[in-house]
Amino acid sequence: MNKALLSVEDVVVDLPTPRGNLRAVDRVNLALGPGQTLGVVGESGCGKTMLSRAILQLLPKKAKLSGRVMFDGQDLASLDPEALRKLRGRSLAVVFQDPMTSLNPVLTIGTQLMETLQEHLELDVSAARKRSVELLAAVGIPAPEQRLMQYPHQLSGGMRQRVAIAIALSCEPKLLIADEPTTALDVTIQAQILDLLAREQRRRHMAMILITHDLGVVAGRTDEVAVMYAGRVVERAPTPALFKKMRMPYTEALLAAIPKLDAAPHTVLPAISGRPPDPTRPIKGCSFSPRCRYAVARCHGEKPELTEAETPAHQFACFHPIETPVAVPS
Amino acid sequence: MMLQASPMADPLLKVENLVVEYIVSGKTVHAVSDVSLDIARGETLGLVGESGCGKSTLGRAVLQLRRAQSGKVLFDGNDLTAMGGDPLRKMRQRVQLIFQDPIASLNPRRRIGDIVAEPLVIAGIKDPEKRQKMVSDVLTAVGLDPALVMGRLPHEFSGGQCQRICIARALVLNPDFIICDEPVSALDVSIRAQILNLLEEMKARYGLTLLFIAHDLAVVKAVSDRVAVMYLGRLCEVAPSEQLFARPAHPYTALLIEAIPVPDPDMRPAEAVSVGEPPSPIAPPSGCRFRTRCPRADARCAAEVPELRAVAPRQYAACHHPLI
Repeated sequence: MNKALLSVEDVVVDLPTPRGNLRAVDRVNLALGPGQTLGVVGESGCGKTMLSRAILQLLPKKAKLSGRVMFDGQDLASLDPEALRKLRGRSLAVVFQDPMTSLNPVLTIGTQLMETLQEHLELDVSAARKRSVELLAAVGIPAPEQRLMQYPHQLSGGMRQRVAIAIALSCEPKLLIADEPTTALDVTIQAQILDLLAREQRRRHMAMILITHDLGVVAGRTDEVAVMYAGRVVERAPTPALFKKMRMPYTEALLAAIPKLDAAPHTVLPAISGRPPDPTRPIKGCSFSPRCRYAVARCHGEKPELTEAETPAHQFACFHPIETPVAVPS
Repeated sequence: MMLQASPMADPLLKVENLVVEYIVSGKTVHAVSDVSLDIARGETLGLVGESGCGKSTLGRAVLQLRRAQSGKVLFDGNDLTAMGGDPLRKMRQRVQLIFQDPIASLNPRRRIGDIVAEPLVIAGIKDPEKRQKMVSDVLTAVGLDPALVMGRLPHEFSGGQCQRICIARALVLNPDFIICDEPVSALDVSIRAQILNLLEEMKARYGLTLLFIAHDLAVVKAVSDRVAVMYLGRLCEVAPSEQLFARPAHPYTALLIEAIPVPDPDMRPAEAVSVGEPPSPIAPPSGCRFRTRCPRADARCAAEVPELRAVAPRQYAACHHPLI
């Protein structure tokens, strides 16, 4: 990628806890070009949300961040709080998992939308109002004029997430971080919201980071996927390449554990035994080795680095990558 | 009106024309409207639908945790809706419930050994040694080490382990029937598979019959013999799992299947598979409740409630214009 919009370089996030230091993100490198979509996949506690908060410079106060986050030619760590505030919401927007907690319950939808427009685009009240109606219509909310007067609790979960997306899109951001945007929603609404994000992304030529625990969600909707485990990126590849030939046993196990629609009922699922390691107790070797069915002595003693596969774009951190292509379920 | 979703000789559970309504700020919520279904002994019936469709209310109404306005719940021939007090309590020992949030459904101040022993205490098993033995056996069965687990508190366990503890608590009285209400929706993909496998294993070992409630169709298909699809308080379709997925008859079932994200980049999701959101169960649409989102809806759908009728062998759909 020659001209990156976002580049994350050797980012480490340490969180002090009563049980000791918790390394939430461990030397992560990522790059994303304008208009591209990156899927970040992993289980709870693998560090994907902390990574997105590191990019947004919205880490908890006690957290320690090292490494560099370059966005649109600027080192975000070097910006003062005021400049960061101007950047966030304007060119760097975010949509969270739970729209009920990201929207202010005591302000109307209209107030919250117009506030962003007036603040960042310096529109006057009537222009902001007009724009808000357009935005609500664009995200598929029926009767947008009346919605402006409503409060978040008067809307369904799917509608609230549409409002959150409208706010995020309101200033035409260059990058949208969508952190599990559909996890709290029903499957039919999930499909609608993902379609909406893809459509608006194409129309605005906006880059997007789609964070999810569901490999099914990233499959048809991202250009590149980064799989995270225990704070590290363990495999990274263009989406088609990843699904055609995954090299990291964790990625394979994650995909295998999803119930398949074409499997007969009562088929035993290939579950991953055990659970992710305690992040306050780092493992000497590969963090996945205790659960990995291919692990050998070396895996328990030495940490594999992220290395390139046949193609430079495909990287994985494993001493014994899977050689035989995995059958992709259809 | 007598709906026979699946006429069965001797079902373990028979729900007949069940209606559950409740009042929210002066308005009536039609949570379950005239639902009838049978579950055979040893069968797993999956119950799917979106949030607010009444699937959890139906599960609770079976256990009489919420009393129905009308209709019957026959468990092994006994009408639970007509029972109360001690007889109902006795009957409930044979029917157990597993919830979605395993951490919230365990008392944070009690030790695991006591939590799992509680149903035994309520059932009147007075001998502490006997209780101890039963608890220890069931914990071993769900894959936990009783010696390590019994003295600890719920917060010392992960979500997946807490769900194992909840399953142990449900199994300790050796029930016949378990209602699983979204048992894996709060769990990570890798843990989800472990718990689904465990449920299957326990079902075989304890000879259970299951009502498996979930919104994830792929999960439901993995464990169910038959699947019932629910929309806004009514059943849309009931069919054997494979048949339902291969040839859905109700447009709503088809919509749900289309919306499942498939982990295959060559299967670019079709756009606009879905039309809008479900209406409120306070004022459900007249006629067929799905008609406001249905591409096939016409005047008849607004005027007439479609009844559940056979569209293929063992497959029943409530639709005026079924897909098959």
